[in-house]
Amino acid sequence: MSGMSKIVKTISSIAFPFVTIYGLYIIAHGHLTPGGGFQGGAIVASGCAMILVAYGSVWAMKKVKEKHLSVIESTGAIVFIGTALLGLTFGAVFFKNFLYDGGMIFGEIPVIGSTIANINTGGVIPIMNFAVGLKVIAGLFAIVLVMTYATSKKGGE
Amino acid sequence: MEKRNFFAVLFFAVVAVFLVYMALMMHSFGNPGDAEMDQYIIDNTQAETGANNGVTAVVFDYRGFDTLGEATVLFTAVAGVVLAFRRLKK
Repeated sequence: MSGMSKIVKTISSIAFPFVTIYGLYIIAHGHLTPGGGFQGGAIVASGCAMILVAYGSVWAMKKVKEKHLSVIESTGAIVFIGTALLGLTFGAVFFKNFLYDGGMIFGEIPVIGSTIANINTGGVIPIMNFAVGLKVIAGLFAIVLVMTYATSKKGGE
Repeated sequence: MEKRNFFAVLFFAVVAVFLVYMALMMHSFGNPGDAEMDQYIIDNTQAETGANNGVTAVVFDYRGFDTLGEATVLFTAVAGVVLAFRRLKK
């Protein structure tokens, strides 16, 4: 698959930043609005897959290799488990929300009840959302990239 | 072989006894009994986790192990796909 027509390339290039920003917004507001790391990561990976379909897998494989995506995904997993282990260190329980009520980053106490949402709350939940989002973006895009590249004429065998 | 069959029958009998016991201990049909977990989460999510979104609070805080398992499933799937579609000759 060596890319589609110029119209498709232009339209997908215009749409790609908006899709990415929307997915990152879903990830960043995971503790306030519906959504989270998995959903936002799937949106961003869908945008990357759109670019991949429009420009062809050979072009995409020149830009990004699957081992780099593998490194990003492993980083997300390590951040996720490391945050959980930090909860074990500071809060004596695995997955303890030790940043909540700390007054530092993500440490403000929310007003109980229905109010305007404050993004600086939630403790370790936003950090885990970012880690899972990173993991889902890299993982899903690595799957699509490797599959399309292996089945293309130039890449496979 | 005889000994193995004996242990198999014994194991089956023990499991069957526990299964029947659990079936007798269940709530009657259409009467699930009191469940307090949902109301507890609705009441205490904001105070205990600081997250306004209760679903995310459950997924990433109350049931973090569940998310860890999901992340492991995703990691295993990606590793398997990359392994199956790897380039053999550079």
